[in-house]
Amino acid sequence: MYVAVKGGEKAIDAAHAWLAEERRGDLSVPELSVAQIREQMSLAVNRVMAEGSLYDPDLAALAIKQARGDLIEAIFLIRAYRTTLQRFGGSNPVDTGEMSCDRRISATFKDAPGGQVLGPTFDYTHRLLDFKLVADGAVDPADERAVETETTPHIMSFLNKEGLIEDDVATDGATPPDLTREPLELPADRSLRLQSLTRADEGFILGMAYSTQRGYARNHAFVAELRVGTCCVEMEIPELGFAIEIGEVEVTECETVNQFQGSKTEPPQFTRGYGLVFGQTERKAISMALVDRALRWAELGEDNVGAPAQDEEFVLYHSDNIQATGFLEHIKLPHYVDFQSELELIRKLRRTPETHMTEAAE
Amino acid sequence: MKPGQTDQDDRKAWLGLLAKSPAAKLAELWAAVDAISDYKVLRAPEIGAVMVRGRAGAVGAQFNLGEMTVTRASVRLAGGAVGHGYVQGRDKDKALVAAQIDALMQTDQADHIQKTVLDPLRVHMQATKDKRARKAAATKVDFFTLVRGEG
Repeated sequence: MYVAVKGGEKAIDAAHAWLAEERRGDLSVPELSVAQIREQMSLAVNRVMAEGSLYDPDLAALAIKQARGDLIEAIFLIRAYRTTLQRFGGSNPVDTGEMSCDRRISATFKDAPGGQVLGPTFDYTHRLLDFKLVADGAVDPADERAVETETTPHIMSFLNKEGLIEDDVATDGATPPDLTREPLELPADRSLRLQSLTRADEGFILGMAYSTQRGYARNHAFVAELRVGTCCVEMEIPELGFAIEIGEVEVTECETVNQFQGSKTEPPQFTRGYGLVFGQTERKAISMALVDRALRWAELGEDNVGAPAQDEEFVLYHSDNIQATGFLEHIKLPHYVDFQSELELIRKLRRTPETHMTEAAE
Repeated sequence: MKPGQTDQDDRKAWLGLLAKSPAAKLAELWAAVDAISDYKVLRAPEIGAVMVRGRAGAVGAQFNLGEMTVTRASVRLAGGAVGHGYVQGRDKDKALVAAQIDALMQTDQADHIQKTVLDPLRVHMQATKDKRARKAAATKVDFFTLVRGEG
């Protein structure tokens, strides 16, 4: 018998009130401002923008504050907010070659024009806790040096003078598929895969990328170039009749070159993987490039060795942390009726074999 | 060059500058301007999103990178000039100011606005950008080769 139940409103209200209080924490400790989170927790803000798929540092910082630092909850808040926004249009593709680079390194080409610029990186730190930060956060101003070259062209263009690297061809015209507008359908083309990967959960993509390094669909990757900086965003404005810059976004771009022995359709050459992510998010961008490359097995005529990172259904359908958390966490919500029916079923099954056993003994 | 091309390039430049400008600095400069004329709001400031696109491998097929917040507004001055503001973020005042400046830049007040708002804004933004570039330059690696033991 199904019995409709209601209740819990008071408990829920009380739970939410307590949540707000716990979020604030000890009142004798000063409250965090959204600006403080934006400025001092900027890599968390970047992750929320990248996976929330909405570039707005103030909103991401607010979401982090509201979510008590739970980044997936913050990403959820941003995803929910972005659905309320009217879409003014799509931008022209950002020209990452014109990026104002804070950081630009290559693991393959030491003497690249523009040089190896380390930028504000954790690399080469000793990963020792800095107890000075407990007392005060005063910092000396960063060093400055005259800028020698204005331009930092993509390193891949220099590497490919011999034609040993796969060409990427611009195919303009068609509006790229948008998984925020149409449900993700397979097989996905590379544009759809890249959109899915750039907003995917960093941990999931990192694990997938790591699996390719450990031998599951190995495609030995070198970071041809990793760059972090700001790019202008330009959009055609109908009422003006021409394109204007509507802002600028910080992005991380990673281009990999990968060993490739050749296949039935392609000569031996270096193939390419690509990562582009909002904010300074280089672990994610490198991971994205490795997974992008693994998913390209079919177009390069490679064998599908059955590795998880080659399986686009597996990767794309499980990489979105909001879809995943929604389905995963719903099982903690009341399932009293479902469970009641399961209970009835088990009881029934348990009764049946007992009857059989009794019959067999007679 | 086609007539009007330079006008379009100029307009593109100031609209781009306004879009990327720090809201506080723009507000500060605008508050000091005494050239404001009456205007009618054609499109009240509205907050929306623009889908930012990238290219596979930086040069290949386009893909959707993610959205960014943008606020837009349009005004018409008493004299008839129509201005549009498209600015990054969710600042309605900023979009309205940008639209007014865009309109005023099409009037005989253009020089005044250029000198009192756009030029100082450009200098301010360039200084911020240059400082960042100098910090990056300081982290550029100078390679040196160790002398080999042979010979």
